[in-house]
Amino acid sequence: MNLVLAALALWGLAWALNVRLANGPASGWGLTRLAVPVIFGLTLLIMWELIVRGLAVPGVILPPPSMILARIGQEGPILWADFVQTFVKGALTGYVIGCAAACVAAIAVDRSDFLRRGLLPVGSFVAALPIVGTAPILVMWYGFDWHSKAAVVVVMVFFPMLVNIVAGLSETTQMQRDQMQTWAASYWQGLWKLRLPAAMPFIFNGLKISSTLALIGAIVAEFFGSPIVGMGFRISTSVGQLALDMVWAEIVVAAVAGSAFYGLVALIEKWVTFWHPSQRR
Amino acid sequence: MRRVLLPVLSVVAVIVALWYLACVPMNMHTALTEAERAGAVVSPTGAKARRDLSAIGLALRNPAQWADTLTQAKPRLPAPHQVLVELWDTTVNKKITSKRSLVFHGWVTLSATLLGFAIGTLAGIVLAIGIVHSRAMDMSVMPWAIASQTIPILAIAPMIIVVLNSLGVQGLIPKAIISAYLSFFPVVVGMVKGLRSPAGMQLDLLSTYHASRAQVFWLLRLPASVPYLFASLKVGIAASLIGAIVGELPTGAVRGLGARLLSGSYYGQTIQIWSALFATAILAAVLVALIAGVERLTLKRMGMNG
Repeated sequence: MNLVLAALALWGLAWALNVRLANGPASGWGLTRLAVPVIFGLTLLIMWELIVRGLAVPGVILPPPSMILARIGQEGPILWADFVQTFVKGALTGYVIGCAAACVAAIAVDRSDFLRRGLLPVGSFVAALPIVGTAPILVMWYGFDWHSKAAVVVVMVFFPMLVNIVAGLSETTQMQRDQMQTWAASYWQGLWKLRLPAAMPFIFNGLKISSTLALIGAIVAEFFGSPIVGMGFRISTSVGQLALDMVWAEIVVAAVAGSAFYGLVALIEKWVTFWHPSQRR
Repeated sequence: MRRVLLPVLSVVAVIVALWYLACVPMNMHTALTEAERAGAVVSPTGAKARRDLSAIGLALRNPAQWADTLTQAKPRLPAPHQVLVELWDTTVNKKITSKRSLVFHGWVTLSATLLGFAIGTLAGIVLAIGIVHSRAMDMSVMPWAIASQTIPILAIAPMIIVVLNSLGVQGLIPKAIISAYLSFFPVVVGMVKGLRSPAGMQLDLLSTYHASRAQVFWLLRLPASVPYLFASLKVGIAASLIGAIVGELPTGAVRGLGARLLSGSYYGQTIQIWSALFATAILAAVLVALIAGVERLTLKRMGMNG
């Protein structure tokens, strides 16, 4: 019980500290902006630990963070193998293939106004559908290994990317396109020098959405069948064994991988679209 | 309208045509085996001789069996009309209480989706209001809300189901929790953006009227946030549906559209998988369209041309 009280006291203290920091004179500083969410997150973690220990919650319901961390330390090789199988082989391959295919399709669509008017509504309709549902079919077609996961990712990523690229390619004004024409630019020159750069904010928006979708697709597809390695496989079997610390360990890895992937894409975006108002400070 | 209708219809027609075309090579191997068993003459005799040949080559050498590829019971790729017939059979021709009825399974999934969506949306709006009014909350919670969108939170679905199951909570609630969780963050992020959307001049105007914080909220911030709310509702409902479907996977195939997908994949009932997939697609489209309709009506009544 003391531990629970300690957790509540900690919460009060940390919250008071955050209120002071946020409303104090230092609230504009970069360091404070970083410190406040970090304090909040750490407080939650410590409270989790204290309350789970204080109330003696069994590990099969909610393991404390220290146990999860210990598991991550112990099971490094297994977690790494799962990460390679699901993220590098499944998600990343599918992501690259899907985005490349969407690029090619978008340029093909872009050449014809009829296709654009026809494919764009269909594309945005499909992009809103629960495409993870295709996972059982694709697992049946491509087998249990990472190929089927990559295929699910390709399908999931393709339509959001297509819609974003096509929308981005129509971002230039008529006047800019006319200007290219007066310089006798060919279609490809106009695309390469004017319209593709102008489409970059949209393309990166699609890439960022897809980066999240890719990992979700690869993990959920493993629930429908996988070899005995992979993050989704490990999650579903560990849940079956009530080894919840292992499940949480996988979730931590997935979270870190997901945010790192997203962060990397955002970083490249910053570097490529430095001219865009949203990137200027 | 007509400017869009013709291209869309022709794109859909091309997709259906390609689908039919793909059925032939996809199902050719089994079609040839069955035809041979029935006594027909097929070009390389013996399943063993055909095993390593390409499906397209086989299809070209045996045009007589093309029709067979479209009528199999367990095809690798069912033809569009087979899926439509199955959809019709399992929705209209079955009693809705039957376990084979897609309406029954659809309702199981839909109820979890809607409950979770309602919880997630309400919680999201409440948190967003808190974030807009408290600077400390904004700085502590908002970075985490944004970061949480980059991580595959769907991965925790099986754990939630099993843990709640061991606590004695079953059925609707665990799935609804996953749905709520998935629709929660888009709503928070969208609503915070929306509640902050009034320009400084508008806020200044209200403060010259000596409006209280509550009045600013009800008269300015809340109405201004409505377009943003609807945008995130559309994302949220689609996420909720996915959450409910994935939530049905780990309990084994019992009931719900996710269970139909899973049991179909266990028993190789491809037509069942495809019909369940189309049912989810139709459900998602209807839900998003409903919200879009409410959005249009609301924005019209409010005098915004959304």
